[in-house]
Amino acid sequence: MITKRIIPCLDVKDGRVVKGVNFAGLHDVSSPVELGRYYSDSGADELVFYDITASAEGRALFTDILRQVAETIFIPLTVGGGINRIEDFDRVLKCGADKVSVNSGAIRDPSLIGEAARKYGDQCVVLSVDVKRVDGQFRVFAKGGRVDTGMEAIGWIKRCVSNGAGEVVVNSIDTDGVKRGFDLEMLAAVLDAVRVPVIASGGAGGIADFVELFQTLPTIDAGLAASIFHFGEVTIPELKRELSLHNINVRQTL
Amino acid sequence: MIAVVDYGVGNLFSLRSSLRFLGAESCVSADAATLRAADRLILPGVGAFGDAAEKLRASGLDRVVIEEAERGKPLLGICLGMQLLFEKSEEYGEHAGLGLLHGRVVGMEGRLPPQLKIPHIGWNALHIVKPSPLLRRVREGECVYFVHSFYAEDCADSLIATAEYGRELTAVVQKGNVMGCQFHPEKSGDVGLRILRAFCEESL
Repeated sequence: MITKRIIPCLDVKDGRVVKGVNFAGLHDVSSPVELGRYYSDSGADELVFYDITASAEGRALFTDILRQVAETIFIPLTVGGGINRIEDFDRVLKCGADKVSVNSGAIRDPSLIGEAARKYGDQCVVLSVDVKRVDGQFRVFAKGGRVDTGMEAIGWIKRCVSNGAGEVVVNSIDTDGVKRGFDLEMLAAVLDAVRVPVIASGGAGGIADFVELFQTLPTIDAGLAASIFHFGEVTIPELKRELSLHNINVRQTL
Repeated sequence: MIAVVDYGVGNLFSLRSSLRFLGAESCVSADAATLRAADRLILPGVGAFGDAAEKLRASGLDRVVIEEAERGKPLLGICLGMQLLFEKSEEYGEHAGLGLLHGRVVGMEGRLPPQLKIPHIGWNALHIVKPSPLLRRVREGECVYFVHSFYAEDCADSLIATAEYGRELTAVVQKGNVMGCQFHPEKSGDVGLRILRAFCEESL
């Protein structure tokens, strides 16, 4: 049976990983290539590289780095950040990305997802959405979670999926950074609404949060986290061992 | 020299990188003479069966692939490239494949338990049903990375391994020099590299 995926997310600025950590054996904690290799060797099922650079020079550095990562690491790579036009899909797919994650770009131009899905296939297009509760409603936030778009989130997600988004990353702003577990209520609402893979993001504070996620929501496909992996609070081998002990099916690397 | 058949379908970056990583001499080519001169062929592919089969035929490379395979040259189809090895597909109408393997390609829709998501996407375990040189470095239960909504069936004579997803889905096929992986070996980490290495070393 298909395994539950564990996905570390790396923020990259000017070609360097932000929030680097001191893992044993890593010479350069902010090298995307070294950190990507470290995660791949520890059993990460996929890597997400998020480009947080604003400048054109930084963009060029990012694609250069992406190419280096993709030349040596052979697991699925998803790229997000600064994806606003179909040309941005071309740019990162040519450098070895397998999937492209679009967030604010889809809010600005709702036709972007459909256009990309027709050109590259649904499996290539990932909708990433930042969601926060406002007046008892799940709302879509834009610009890194800073701006309330006023749009209701479940409707937005359904619309993007019917336009061709092949996967959805749901990042709960309400639980993000709090480290007290994933937003199970919000994720359940999304799982009820769509039939494509749903990836949980925001709130992981420890191994128990992943166990709770997969036990409570058996149809969730993956858990994504950044800081708990980067700070070494949780390692992927120990996380997967614990998930296995709870009869959650994960890929074991030997 | 391994030649990857270039008929305008799919992103070949990772496949080329993984072959380079293994130290295999390889090229991506749409030139019939280059493909005929190569020691081995890889037929890649993503997207819809009908479009891909049409592109392959329009390029005339379908004949090259069929003739080289019939002469005994090792051929590996990957993902949609594997599906193209079969006789036909029922993806949005009926389309003829290369007919190098017996069997047909059908959709998951309506054939899987309704709670399962389509496409079948992610890491799934291989269940090896028959020994094959292609999987000689792979152990039962090791995981590989799948992305597909259609699968091959009625292919018992070439079936090497399956993956369980509501039913046993065809994952690896081999009949003599003609081989195929439904999953992406170039995205399946160390296990995938071991499979590609076995293909590079396969002597027939």
